[in-house]
Amino acid sequence: MSVSTLKSDAPHVDNYVLCDRDRQLILATQGGLPLVPDPWQALGQQLGMPADEVLARFQRMQEMGVVRRVAAVPNHYRLGYRFNGMTVWDVKDEAIGRLGQLVGNLPFVSHCYRRPRHLPYWSYNLFAMVHGTSREEVEKKAGLIRDVLGEDCHGNTILYSSAILKKTGLRLKKDGS
Amino acid sequence: MRLDTTDKQLINLYQRDLSVCERPYQEMARRLDIPEEEVIDRLQSLRNHHVISRVGPVFEHHRAGASILAAVAAPPEQQDLVAARINRAPGVNHNYAREHTYNLWFVMTAPDEDTLDERLDELEHQLRLPMLRLPMVAQYHIDLGFDIDWEALA
Repeated sequence: MSVSTLKSDAPHVDNYVLCDRDRQLILATQGGLPLVPDPWQALGQQLGMPADEVLARFQRMQEMGVVRRVAAVPNHYRLGYRFNGMTVWDVKDEAIGRLGQLVGNLPFVSHCYRRPRHLPYWSYNLFAMVHGTSREEVEKKAGLIRDVLGEDCHGNTILYSSAILKKTGLRLKKDGS
Repeated sequence: MRLDTTDKQLINLYQRDLSVCERPYQEMARRLDIPEEEVIDRLQSLRNHHVISRVGPVFEHHRAGASILAAVAAPPEQQDLVAARINRAPGVNHNYAREHTYNLWFVMTAPDEDTLDERLDELEHQLRLPMLRLPMVAQYHIDLGFDIDWEALA
């Protein structure tokens, strides 16, 4: 069982302090790496940094868990997954650690988090993101989550997204936006 | 854009991770048994057609600073206006409309927790709407994408 929380996650440091050169690299790669044979060289040229330093900084940020992965990030909507359902569940506090892990391990769940309740307005403490080509598919997958949660779940709903109003990379500038 | 088997293989293999090494595309080329140049051309084309949004790092927000998921219940007739205000607030990088009383869901980030709280307070005050603040308490799945069911999509 590996549950990562804000407080502890063995190989990672809690608050890795990014230096300005890391920040420059993050800002320069939010839209992706250059698609050239040596992307580190290209980035280095752009930022006035040696290529081996660029690569070393990325490797270190990945080790520290600041960079979760470097990947070809698919656009699920464009691929045909038109329905994005945020499934939310009211799970018994005593059981959520174990059950959250089981739900997170389901192959179709892309994100799974525990979040606080805000009673009486919001009673759901487990969030699992599910994608589908139809509402029926999302509902079927939600049904499988319900099976995992069983009696320890007191209620649930699915919030479908109707529009993406903003989606950008991580911003690090102190002045925000 | 019609995807061929190699495109699908590229996505399957590299949506989760590609190696952070000196020549990352060469390594992909070796594994797929195609020239490096072809890997680069294919990635370029997949990106141009928005099949992949990028080839690059995915940052862990809470390790590179502070972030939170928040939601508001905007009166339907004001939803666009409220959404625009949220989008303009500093540090907001995602904002989704969802079918629920809480109809606007956004992620706000900041360099540290204190700045994040200040930004949220300021936005809440501006919107005059109570805000659900839903920080992550535990993560049960590191986001590594999910298996793409190509047959179902065909």
